[in-house]
Amino acid sequence: MIPSAELVDLSRLQFAITALYHFLFVPLTLGLSFLLVIMESVYVMTGKEVYRDMTRFWGKLFGINFALGVTTGLTMEFQFGTNWAYYSHYVGDIFGVPLAIEGLMAFFLESTFVGLFFFGWNKLSKVQHLLVTFLVALGSNLSALWILIANGWMQNPVGAEFNYHTMRMEMTSITDLLFNPVAQVKFVHTVSAGYVTASMFVLGISAYYLLIGRDKAFAMRSIAVAAGFGLASALSVIVLGDASGYTVGEVQRVKLAAIEAEWHTEKAPAAITAFGFPNEATQRTDYAIRIPYLLGLIATRSVDEQITGIAELREGNEAKIRNGMIAYSALEKLRAGDASDETKMLFEKYKANLGYGLLLKKYTPDVADATEEQIRMASRDTIPGIAPMFWTFRIMVAISLVILFIISASFYYVAKRSIAEKKWLLKLALYSIPLPWIACEMGWIVAEYGRQPWTISGILPTRLSTSNLDPSSVYFSLAGFVGFYTLLLVAELYLMFKYARLGPQSLHTGQYGSA
Amino acid sequence: MLFDYETLKLIWWLFVGVLLAGFAITDGFDLGVGALLPFLGKNDEERRVIINSVGATWEGNQVWFVTAGGAIFAAWPIVYATAFSGFYIALMLTLFALFFRPVGFDYRSKVADPRWRSVWDWGLFAGGFVPALIFGVAFGNLLQGVPFSFDNDLRVTYSGSFWQLLNPFGLLAGTVSLAMLLMHGSIYLQIRTEGVIAARARFVTRVTGAVFILAFVLAGVWIMKGIAGYRIVAMLPADVASTPLDKVVEKAAGAWMDNYSGHHWLWLAPLLAIVGALLAIVASGAKKTVAAFISSSVMIAGVIFTAGIAMFPFIMPSSTDPGSSLTIWDAVSSHKTLQIMFWVVVIFLPVVLAYTSWVYRVLRGKITVESIRANEHNVY
Repeated sequence: MIPSAELVDLSRLQFAITALYHFLFVPLTLGLSFLLVIMESVYVMTGKEVYRDMTRFWGKLFGINFALGVTTGLTMEFQFGTNWAYYSHYVGDIFGVPLAIEGLMAFFLESTFVGLFFFGWNKLSKVQHLLVTFLVALGSNLSALWILIANGWMQNPVGAEFNYHTMRMEMTSITDLLFNPVAQVKFVHTVSAGYVTASMFVLGISAYYLLIGRDKAFAMRSIAVAAGFGLASALSVIVLGDASGYTVGEVQRVKLAAIEAEWHTEKAPAAITAFGFPNEATQRTDYAIRIPYLLGLIATRSVDEQITGIAELREGNEAKIRNGMIAYSALEKLRAGDASDETKMLFEKYKANLGYGLLLKKYTPDVADATEEQIRMASRDTIPGIAPMFWTFRIMVAISLVILFIISASFYYVAKRSIAEKKWLLKLALYSIPLPWIACEMGWIVAEYGRQPWTISGILPTRLSTSNLDPSSVYFSLAGFVGFYTLLLVAELYLMFKYARLGPQSLHTGQYGSA
Repeated sequence: MLFDYETLKLIWWLFVGVLLAGFAITDGFDLGVGALLPFLGKNDEERRVIINSVGATWEGNQVWFVTAGGAIFAAWPIVYATAFSGFYIALMLTLFALFFRPVGFDYRSKVADPRWRSVWDWGLFAGGFVPALIFGVAFGNLLQGVPFSFDNDLRVTYSGSFWQLLNPFGLLAGTVSLAMLLMHGSIYLQIRTEGVIAARARFVTRVTGAVFILAFVLAGVWIMKGIAGYRIVAMLPADVASTPLDKVVEKAAGAWMDNYSGHHWLWLAPLLAIVGALLAIVASGAKKTVAAFISSSVMIAGVIFTAGIAMFPFIMPSSTDPGSSLTIWDAVSSHKTLQIMFWVVVIFLPVVLAYTSWVYRVLRGKITVESIRANEHNVY
């Protein structure tokens, strides 16, 4: 028996909410930790106290954010087991590995040294303390690496195959898992986005001090560090955006087509749709503004490689569903005790498409005898909603361009030593602080909503992945998460605003004024 | 490969035991300290002393919990799936309680309002008390077997409810773990504090130590006399890939004593639990705080292995469909994954232990009301 639609929707909603919440805190941790390393390095090299104070003040804000990152991260570690039990059984042999390594290699490092970062100032030499700060940054960024290796495998499941004895996916190659191209690109893209987020955070709050004419030297130096680090990161996030990750892996290609509302395959190199209104009913994009060649160039890095359109992808998936039906019926025979070579060979031949056969479970328990209509419905399911993909992606890109402008302009005026007079830029920077968060959340939606209808692309449909729970249990936990997280977020924002407004005087060194 | 599949399956039982013991010993005292906070700290400054005795290091300790979860996911995926979805409500309550800790520690003293601080103090209490109790309740239910079964696709259905977990033996096991962690926390407080707080903690050690020994012995007698264990009647060879459905299991009175009667040296585990507790009480009375801490750590490891050995090779027996029970032979990952994860643990765990002890060494020393006053804006 497969889980009810209500249960699956609730479980997805809970996962999305808790993951999006967690991802409010992660990018800042990733980036701010490295900004702290830079500030403290300058302190160690020059001995100028303002850099130590910068490290301590921004470190305070780092701590306020870090606390909620840890809180919401705890949920993520256990939610696969609580709500996605069948998924955990089906792919734990592979997926559990990076999660466990993350704990042992990265999260331990980050969490053990974060306490020393706050409480070790008077107990360590300057260089030792810098090393501690560096280890916190290294730990949090390694965390991101392992999590994205796990996530990259969900998008492009390499190095694994189905074992019919144990009824699950098992690892065939750890190196394939580690060097999954999708994971590599995702890692660079995600940590760069975190660096940009932190740069905008420091830039925006420092701009506030300049606007109210307080702690000018402190703010100017903070802006200089943030603008430099931010510019490098913003270029990296855009140039190394994960466009190139969308040409490997079947489902990644579906995502690309959805993002671009590429209804049909066109002659290479494909044009990019800068703007328009995707229309699912007519399968075309109304009022489209198209820039020739650009998409082909960005996505394939070539002029002659085609980008497959939605209609053609769906047709291809229909063929895979038919193969999946053969695999499924062979699997049923194997499970029933048929050990003939013929059945085994049949299964081996088609098992790569077993997951596509499982898509039919939503419509019939009898996968091997699905009707034409059911096959058509299942193949339609293989394409996520075009409009949400199209829009979330464009919001993300538009925001990145605004951010790139703010950071470049700041960098330019810092270099010209006139940033303090550019009130318009300071105001823009201040009010743009939320932008990177919006972009990060949009990016998450593109990557994870775009993976639907799969939890593991091409392998395990979302519909089959959940635990067998009573929906009332999930309502209970969902209410708990929303309630707790909202209260904690209010407390976090309250403290963040309080300390950002106080500024470096909150260090009580006696050197920083209140106005 | 270095080890055959069967050996690795055994090693991984040991590893999970070590990780759970690591969690209970390190984060265990943080949980105990949290649960004692509102009672041992009578005013704001005393409470800050208590909070700061663990404030700088609790975060690293909590990773034992996360890592144990991750390691179970990687090595025993179907256990991770079955236990966490089966104990759903209990696990959610634990999670919600744990939420109070990161924010409680970091946010509490950043605002001076006594109401704000009081809310977080009680939050830290819940963050210590609830998990310390529920972990024991969960173990108590594992020992009795829990109601779940697999269908042919290995999809698990758990048919019990949260309230059924709170049965008499489950609550007794909860008392064991709560008393054990309160005791351990109170001993750690004696190392890190002095004066009235240390004196109050010493009193708690005596009381919780006595409760622990009583409850632990009672639970042991109950297992011997009143709880049916489980026994594998037939299974595939231990060195081949198998699923929980590939074996026959019977429920039998006294089966949990099989390992102890077959290998008498295994009685060392329960013995260490009791002797550790006694030594901890004595050492705490003599103000040998470090010796007391080592003793209570031995006690904790003894308790975890006592339960583990009784159930071995079972991890999670099923009361409704014994054949679905999860054991170390058939609830494990593939040979390859166990092998990879073996190296990960062997390489990284010593590294973690090394830098953790360095951090503790740097941060050693008593936390006092004076040290809090001197650093008012920089400590928790």
